[in-house]
Amino acid sequence: MLNAVGREIPEEILRMTGKEVFQGNGHYDGIVYRKHGPKTTCVINSGGSKLKKTIQEVLVECGIRDGMTVSFHHHFRDGDYIVNMVMEEIHAMGIKNITICASSLGKAHDPIVPYIEDGTITGIYSSGVRGKIGEAVSGGKLKGLAVMCSHGGRVRAIETGEVQIDIAFIGAPTCDEYGNCRGIGGRSNCGVLSYAMADAGYADRVVAITDCLVPFPNFPAHISMTQVDYVVEVEAIGDPAKIATGAAKPTTDQRKLLMAEYCTKFVVNTPYFKDGFSYQTGVGGASIASTVFLAREMKKRNIRMRFGVGGLTKPMCDLLINGQTDCLLDTQDFDLAAVESVKDLHHFRISAGEYANPFNKGAVVNKLDFVILAALEVDVHFNCNVVVGSDGVIAGAQGGHPDTAAGAKCAIVVTPLSQGRIPAVCTEVTTVTTPGESIDVVITDYGIAINPARPDLIQAMKNVDLPFRSIEELRDIAYAITGRPEKVQFMDRVVGIIESRDGTIMDVVRQVKPFMFSEERV
Amino acid sequence: MINDNRKRLRRTMMFLNAQKPALIKDPYIYKPDSIILDLEDAVAENQKDVARFSLYHALRSIDYCGIERVVRINALGTPYWREDIRCAVAGGCDAVRIPKAESAEDIRRAEAVVDSAEKEFGRPEGSVLIMAAIESARGVMKALEICEASARLFGIALSGGDYTKDLQTHITGTGIELMGARQNLVIAARAAGVQCFDTVYTDLDDMEGFRRDVETIHLMGFDGKSVINPRQIDIVHEIYTPSKEDVEFAWKVIREIDAKRQSGIGVFTVDGKMIDIAFYDGAKRTIALAKASGMYREEWEC
Amino acid sequence: MKVLRSATAGTLESSDCQVTVEPGEGGIELALESVVISQFGNQIRRVVYETLERMGIVDIKISIVDKGALDCTIRARVEGAVFRANGKTEDLPWGGLIR
Repeated sequence: MLNAVGREIPEEILRMTGKEVFQGNGHYDGIVYRKHGPKTTCVINSGGSKLKKTIQEVLVECGIRDGMTVSFHHHFRDGDYIVNMVMEEIHAMGIKNITICASSLGKAHDPIVPYIEDGTITGIYSSGVRGKIGEAVSGGKLKGLAVMCSHGGRVRAIETGEVQIDIAFIGAPTCDEYGNCRGIGGRSNCGVLSYAMADAGYADRVVAITDCLVPFPNFPAHISMTQVDYVVEVEAIGDPAKIATGAAKPTTDQRKLLMAEYCTKFVVNTPYFKDGFSYQTGVGGASIASTVFLAREMKKRNIRMRFGVGGLTKPMCDLLINGQTDCLLDTQDFDLAAVESVKDLHHFRISAGEYANPFNKGAVVNKLDFVILAALEVDVHFNCNVVVGSDGVIAGAQGGHPDTAAGAKCAIVVTPLSQGRIPAVCTEVTTVTTPGESIDVVITDYGIAINPARPDLIQAMKNVDLPFRSIEELRDIAYAITGRPEKVQFMDRVVGIIESRDGTIMDVVRQVKPFMFSEERV
Repeated sequence: MINDNRKRLRRTMMFLNAQKPALIKDPYIYKPDSIILDLEDAVAENQKDVARFSLYHALRSIDYCGIERVVRINALGTPYWREDIRCAVAGGCDAVRIPKAESAEDIRRAEAVVDSAEKEFGRPEGSVLIMAAIESARGVMKALEICEASARLFGIALSGGDYTKDLQTHITGTGIELMGARQNLVIAARAAGVQCFDTVYTDLDDMEGFRRDVETIHLMGFDGKSVINPRQIDIVHEIYTPSKEDVEFAWKVIREIDAKRQSGIGVFTVDGKMIDIAFYDGAKRTIALAKASGMYREEWEC
Repeated sequence: MKVLRSATAGTLESSDCQVTVEPGEGGIELALESVVISQFGNQIRRVVYETLERMGIVDIKISIVDKGALDCTIRARVEGAVFRANGKTEDLPWGGLIR
C-alpha cells in the first residue's frame, strides 16, 4: 500500500506488524487511547536494600526467559558497557528470541552481533543501529525485524503498550542501594537520564546498574526508587572518555563554515528571529558553527533566546553562561561542558517524552522556532534519509530528527551538496525517514532551497542576498558534478521498518544485495 | 593582440594543488576571483607527470563558473615546464604563471612555448595570458623589463618565501623584510600598465595579522593578494570593497568627465575636489570593485 | 599504446582513486573496489573502459581502489598510470588520446 510519502509498504509487513501506513504528520490528532501500565511487583520486604550481586542473579530474579523484551538507554553512546554486559549474561544463560528495545545502538555494541547470528537476539526496536549491528541487520542476519523509531516515537510506543518492556536496564552514573538514580556524578557522568525515564515508568521490571554506589538518598533522583526493582554494582558501566568528550574544536573546514554562514543569515532574516525565540541544533561541525555565528548576531542585534533544546554541546551552554538564553532543556549531553552545565539552575532536564512524544498533550519540540538538522540524503520532495547509508546499509539513527522537524516552525537541513561522490540532494532518497512536509529549508554549500509549501518563508527572503535555488536545481547541480547515481540494489526481504513518530510505517528497509555489474558491457 | 581579460578584477588568486581532487573539484563556491592550479611546489618531484593528467581533466570537465583559471608551471630551470604549458594550454587554461622570473628573456622563452601550444591545440592566438612571479632580488631589480616583456603579460606577483631567503632574511610577520620589493614591484607594474599581486600569508591561525597585511598592500596600490585557503578570501574582498560614498563619488566623476569632455573643459571640481581626466580610470575601477563585491546598488548611479 | 610494466597513479585520499596497471594476459582485466560502488559501480567501469579504449589498450590488468573520485579524476588516474607504464612523459597527446 502506498503511503503519504509515496512509498509502497508491502501488505505482508502491514499484516505482520499490525501497523498502518504513514498518512501525514497530523493524522492521529485527537485520537483517544489508553496508556499501558506495567505489570509491576511491589517491594515491601527489601530490608532497605535492593542490591544484587551480579547481573546473572538479577536476571534470574526478574524471571528472564525466551521471547522477552529488554530495554536500554544510550546516554553513554560509544562508551556504553551496559548492553554488552547484560546481553553476554543472557546469552550465557541460553535464552533465545530476545527483543532489544534501546533508545539507540551504536559501534560500542558490535560485540552483540554474534548473539544476533545465533538467535539470542531476534528483534530490535531502536532509534537506529550503527556499526556492525547495522551491517548484520542489512545483511539479513536478524531473524525478526529491526524497527527504527524516533526518540518521541519510542516513548509513544512504550506508553501505548505497542512495545512492552519486560526488563529495563538503566545505566546509572550514581545510584543508592535503594534505586535512586542520577545522571550526575561518578566516573561515567553523562548529565541526564532522559531516554531511560519512559523505560523506568513502563517496564515490568527495572534494574539499575551502577559503578558508583552512593549513600541513600541520592537526591534529587532522576529516576526514583519508586520505580526500581533491583540495583547491581559493577566495576564500570562505561568508558568516560567516550561518554562525554572534551568540547569539539571549532571547525576550520571552510565548506562547513560557509554553510553555517548561510544558515545564520537565513535564520536572522526569518520572522521568528526575535526576542524570545527558541532553537535546537545537532552536534555536526556546521551546526555548532551555526550556533556560534548566531550567538554573535544575537549580541549584535540585542536579541535573546527564551530556550535552547538539545542534545547539548558547549556552544549551546555558552549561551546560558553568557546570558543569551533564559534556559536550556536537556535530553542528552555530548561534551563535558554540557555535563557540567546540568548543575546550572536554568539548565532543565527533560524526559524523552516531554521532549518529543507526539501522543502527549504537548512536547517541547512543538514549541521550537528553529531546528538545525543534518541528513544523509534529501530528495526533491524534501523527504530526508538519516538512517540508511548510500550503500544501502543501515548506518544511522532517526534520533530526534523527525520529532523536531515536525514540531519546529522552521526546520532547516544543512548538508554539503555532495559527500565524496554521493549527491546529498537527489531525486528520491533511498529510504524516507523524515517526511518532506516537516522540512522547510535545505541549505547546501551550493545554494539554498525553500520548500514551496512555505511561501511565507520565500516571501521573507525576497531581498536577502543568499544563493536561493529550487530543490530541483540543487539536485541538477549535484548530478552534474557527481553523475546520476544508480539505485542501490536490494533483495526482496524486508529487514527493517522506518516507523514514523505516530507508529505508522514511513518506509521499509530491505536486505542489501552485494553489488553486481550490470549485464551490458560498456 | 587584444585580450580583454588582461585587466580583469583579481583581488584574490587562490592556490590549489593541481592534483588534489578534493580541492580542485569546486573552489568556486568560495568565490575567489582567480584560482592558481599549482604544478610547482605543491606537487612532489615524483608526481609531476601524473599531476598533469589531473590538471588537464579538471580544466576540461569542471565548470569553474567564470573564475579565472591560472596554472602555475614548474620553473624554467626544470625539465617539466614545457610539457606543463602544453598541458595547461590544451586543457583550456586562462593563463600560466611563470615562477622565479628574473628577466624579460624568461618571459619570452615561456611565451614562445605558449605561442606554439596555442597553435598546436587550436586555441585563438593570444587567448592564453601570462603572469610572472618575482622570487629573487634579481627579479625585483628587473621588474620593469619583466612587466614589459610580453603583450600577454597581465601582471606580476611577489613570492615572498623565496625572495626573503634570497635576501638572507625571513618572513617576520611585520612586513619589514618585504617593504622594498613590494614598493618596487608595484611601481614597476604601474609604470608598465600591468597588475601587481602580493605574496601569500601563510599563518592561517593569525587572521588579524592577515587583515593588517591586506590593509597594507591595499593602500600600497596592489591589485590583489595570493591566498592559500578559502578562509582568507572574504577578508581581502572586504578590504577591497569601496564604500557607498566612494561609489557615488565615482559615478559623479565619470558623469562629469564625460560631460565636460564634450564641452572641452579639462579641469573642474566635484564635491569640492579638483578633478581631471586622470581620475577617470580610477573611478571606473571603483565601480568594478563595487559590482564584484556584490554591494553595488543601481540607485547610487544618480 | 601498450602497458610495458606495472605502474601506479593516484592516492587513497577522499575524492581520489588509486589505479595500478600491469601488462595483461590477453584482454582487459578490471578489479574495482569503490566506496560508492552501489551507486556508481557501472559508471566507473564505463569510464575506465572508455578511457582504455581511446588509448587503444586491449591487454591490461588494471586494479582500482576508489574513494569517491569524479569521472575526470578516474580518467586522469587511469591515463596517468598507463602513460607511466609506457614510460612516456613528454609530448603527450593532449586532446588526442587523452581527452
